[in-house]
Amino acid sequence: MGRLSWRLARVAEVRPETSRVASLALEVPGWVGHLAGQHVDLRLTAEDGYQAERSYSIASAPDGQRVELTVERLDDGEVSPYLAGEIREGDQFELRGPIGGYFVWKPGLGGPLLLVAGGSGVVPLMAMLRHRAASGSQAPTRLLYSSRTLEDVIFRDELERLAAAGDGLTVTHTLTRAQPPGWRGYDRRVDAVMLEEVGWRPDERPLAYVCGPTRLVEAVAGDLVALGHDPARVRTERFGPTGVQ
Amino acid sequence: MAGYVSRGFRGRRRAGDGEAGRLPPGQYAEPGFPVLTAGPTPRVDLAEWRLRVDGLVATPREWTWEEVQALPRSTFEGDIHCVTRWSKLGTSFAGVSVDVLLDQAEPLPQATHVVASCHGGYTTNLPLEDVRGGKAWVVWEHEGQPLPPEHGGPARLLVPHLYFWKSAKWLMALRLLDHDRPGFWEGLGYHNRGDPWREERYWGD
Repeated sequence: MGRLSWRLARVAEVRPETSRVASLALEVPGWVGHLAGQHVDLRLTAEDGYQAERSYSIASAPDGQRVELTVERLDDGEVSPYLAGEIREGDQFELRGPIGGYFVWKPGLGGPLLLVAGGSGVVPLMAMLRHRAASGSQAPTRLLYSSRTLEDVIFRDELERLAAAGDGLTVTHTLTRAQPPGWRGYDRRVDAVMLEEVGWRPDERPLAYVCGPTRLVEAVAGDLVALGHDPARVRTERFGPTGVQ
Repeated sequence: MAGYVSRGFRGRRRAGDGEAGRLPPGQYAEPGFPVLTAGPTPRVDLAEWRLRVDGLVATPREWTWEEVQALPRSTFEGDIHCVTRWSKLGTSFAGVSVDVLLDQAEPLPQATHVVASCHGGYTTNLPLEDVRGGKAWVVWEHEGQPLPPEHGGPARLLVPHLYFWKSAKWLMALRLLDHDRPGFWEGLGYHNRGDPWREERYWGD
C-alpha cells in the first residue's frame, strides 16, 4: 500500500457560501481521486516554518484533479479563519488524502438514503448529493438539514436546484434559532418525531449518514436506533467536543 | 516539500506553555474531549455487561461488572492523541490494568496479538506487547466520573501510547491470537500500529 504523500494544492477559486463559510476549489496535480464523504489532511506553513495540520471533508464529487473544500470559520480556530477569510486565489498549501473508507457513499450502495446534517456537517453529505446527481443515480434520498437561521444554510440554492431535478431527492430544512417571516418549515432541533416524518421507515432499510456537532449526531443516531433502524446502517461523523454546541 | 509558504498564514503560537515537547508531530492541544465514532453509541446495560479474555489463553475468563470492579484498581494520568489531530493533555482514567486480566487468563506462549471487540461491532488489533507491562487498561472512569456512553462507557480499552482509535470503546472482549488480524479502521486505510510519535496515521506511513 503506497504512502499518502503530501501534494501542493493551488487555490483556483474562493467562493463565499455564507457570512462564515467559504468554498475553496483546489487544483491538486497528481490527485488520485476520492469517494464522496472522504476527507483530506491540510498542512499550512507560515513564513518562519511554523506548521499547522487539520482535517477537512471534501465537498465535491469526484472530478479529476479538482477538489473542493467548504470550511466554516470558527472564531477561536487556528486554521479555519485563514481558510475561510484570508486565503486568495493562487495561494498554496499542502494536502494529502483522500482519507476515510467508511463514511462514504457510492452509487453501487444504492438507497434509500437518509442524510441528516447539522451546520457545516452538510459538507460530506453534499459530496454524496453531488456525486449522486453527476452519476445519474436515482437512489431515493432525503436530506434533513438543521441550521441556526436561513442565512446560515450552506449550499441553499444548489440544494434547491438538486431537489427540483425530480430524480428522487427531497430536501427538508429546520431552522433552530430564528426563522424568516412566513416560514412554514421546522423550527426546532432534529428529534425523533421529525425523523419519523421526514425519514424512512425502518422496514425500508435506509442507509443513514449523520454528520454534525457531537450533540446533534448523538441525538439523531440514538433516535434512529430507538425508532427501530439497524445500528449497522447508521454511519456517523461527529465534530467538536462534548459539552458544547 | 521545502521552500513553500502559505501566504499570510501565521498560526497560533504557543509560547512557553509546556505543550511543545508533549505534542506528537502534526497534533494540536484540545481542551475538550471530542467524540469520534463510526456509528450510533451503543447503550449497554450493566446487569448484562461482561468482559471476556479468551483465545490463546490457558484459562478463558469472564468478569461481570461487579467482579471487574473488585479487581485491583489502577489509574492513568497523562496525554491521549487522536489520529484526527487533537491531543488531550493531562487527563486521567481509572479502571484495571490489562496485565491483571491477562495474568488471570494466562496467555499461552504462542499468543502474539490481541483483537479487542466491542458492542456495536467495532474491532481493533494490537501486538500483545502493546497491552502488557503497564501500557494498557480497561477503564470506566474519566477524571473522577463514570465514563460517559459517548466516550465508551461502561468501559473502554485505554492504550494511550497509540492513537486513540486503538482505545476501543464499549469493550466486550480481548481475544489472543498467534497472528495479526486488522480491525475496523486498520482495514479502512488507517495504520496497523498507530504510534503517534512516529506519525503512523495511514497505510504506508
